[in-house]
Amino acid sequence: MKYFFQQLGQNFIQLVNTVGKVSFMLKSVVVWLFRSRLEYEEIVKQAVRIGFDSLTVVCLVNFFTGMVLALQTGYSSKNLFNEPLYIGTIVGFSIIKELAPVLTAIVVAGRAGAAVTAEIGTMKVTEQLDALHTLGTNPARYLLIPRYIAFIVTLPLLTVFAGFVGIMGGFVVSLVKLGVPSTVYWNDIFTFMEVSSFMHGFLKSLFFAFIIATVSCYKGLEISGGAEGVRKSTTESVVTSMVLVLVLDYFISAAFVLVGII
Amino acid sequence: MIEVENLVKKYKDNIVLDSISVNIYDGEMFSVMGPSGCGKSTFIKCLVRLIKPDGGRIIADGKNMAAIDDEFELAKYRRNFSYLFQGGALFDSLNVMENVCFGLKYLTDAEPSNYERIAKEKLSLVGLNNVEELEISELSGGMKKRVSLARAIATEPKYILYDEPTTGLDPVTSETISDLILDMQKKLDITSIVVTHDLKLAFSISDRVAMLHAGKFDFVGTPDDFRKSDNSVVKGFINNSIIDENNHKNGRE
Repeated sequence: MKYFFQQLGQNFIQLVNTVGKVSFMLKSVVVWLFRSRLEYEEIVKQAVRIGFDSLTVVCLVNFFTGMVLALQTGYSSKNLFNEPLYIGTIVGFSIIKELAPVLTAIVVAGRAGAAVTAEIGTMKVTEQLDALHTLGTNPARYLLIPRYIAFIVTLPLLTVFAGFVGIMGGFVVSLVKLGVPSTVYWNDIFTFMEVSSFMHGFLKSLFFAFIIATVSCYKGLEISGGAEGVRKSTTESVVTSMVLVLVLDYFISAAFVLVGII
Repeated sequence: MIEVENLVKKYKDNIVLDSISVNIYDGEMFSVMGPSGCGKSTFIKCLVRLIKPDGGRIIADGKNMAAIDDEFELAKYRRNFSYLFQGGALFDSLNVMENVCFGLKYLTDAEPSNYERIAKEKLSLVGLNNVEELEISELSGGMKKRVSLARAIATEPKYILYDEPTTGLDPVTSETISDLILDMQKKLDITSIVVTHDLKLAFSISDRVAMLHAGKFDFVGTPDDFRKSDNSVVKGFINNSIIDENNHKNGRE
């Protein structure tokens, strides 16, 4: 029992410590954002790495998710009502509001988040972060701000694209496998979907981008202990980002529903 | 001139620098020696404020930089310094040219159109030509040190801090690097602070050497005085270095 409370206390102290360190990192990012010129070249480079390079995987994941969603909905609907009903509506809402933002965030966390942690961590281990200080700049200015901007700009764009691709995946299955006419599929979507439905998913992806950027940068800066440290932190970065995205997804969605973005 | 007064640095309960005081004069080549883990790197990292000291003053050009907390003030202060890291600390994501030019953007008022010319000039000074487009992964250990040196001198600093400049290099390359350090000192008239446990390097390049032991400077003086010193720590260090070198030679034979 004593051991349990000891562990609990230690974990709590560690959590407070982490929150403090993350706050300092965010403060540093905000201060340097307003007090220095943006590194445009670095921002573009990171946007390509984080956004453009993730495009293929994001499309693949969302296209097949749209397909399987249409397939399952179609056959379930057939069993219940003898015909596939509202396939477009279900696929459209699920993809736009939930699956595209979450799946895209998970793919980006796994691909780009891990890369950011490993890169910053390796730079720390090899004293490249110290070198930034001696060369007149700062890790917040040169590394963190470009990555934050790249995540926050590209993840919502990827999500929009992922939503379109997912709906196209559903369209292909409903047309070819389920025999739903294309006009019915599109009507099912556009009759019920509103701008706020689109905004629900789009705004959520902004939060996810911030979460992934924060976790991956923080884990990179906290690395110690060489290659083993890089391995450990990279794994932790991906797992933490994914868990936070999935857990906070509910709370963000609930908050949006509360303010009428549904 | 850099005046260090009662500099203190602790890591938890371990006192690494215990009220160290020393003056480093303009144009001087000052070496700090001592066994691995004695706090040599901590000392020069404190000088350039990569590490915040726990006490004492570091006065460079009249300013006490140990008391500066603002990152922007520190960035201004660091303009006069360059740091040659033990492993080079070259940016993997940039090529040789971009690495050498890196500091020019942040530390100097040089026109971007002149960056390439300056970089080529500095690379040529350290004996490297036609390497501008090479990636860092394509360079040998010695070449990395040279590129780091070119990056360090590109901004024309007043002070250069060398952290174990010959560690991990073969004897021939070590000698080349020590010749280069001397050469830079003569050509550019800068103040250099070298941290090393390489006796040969320290004796061949230094105007003064200091022996760091148990958080304090046990000796500060010329290399000749160092050789003749009766200080037991200095004697022990010299003897151990000679034994190490002989073992190394015998091992090679």
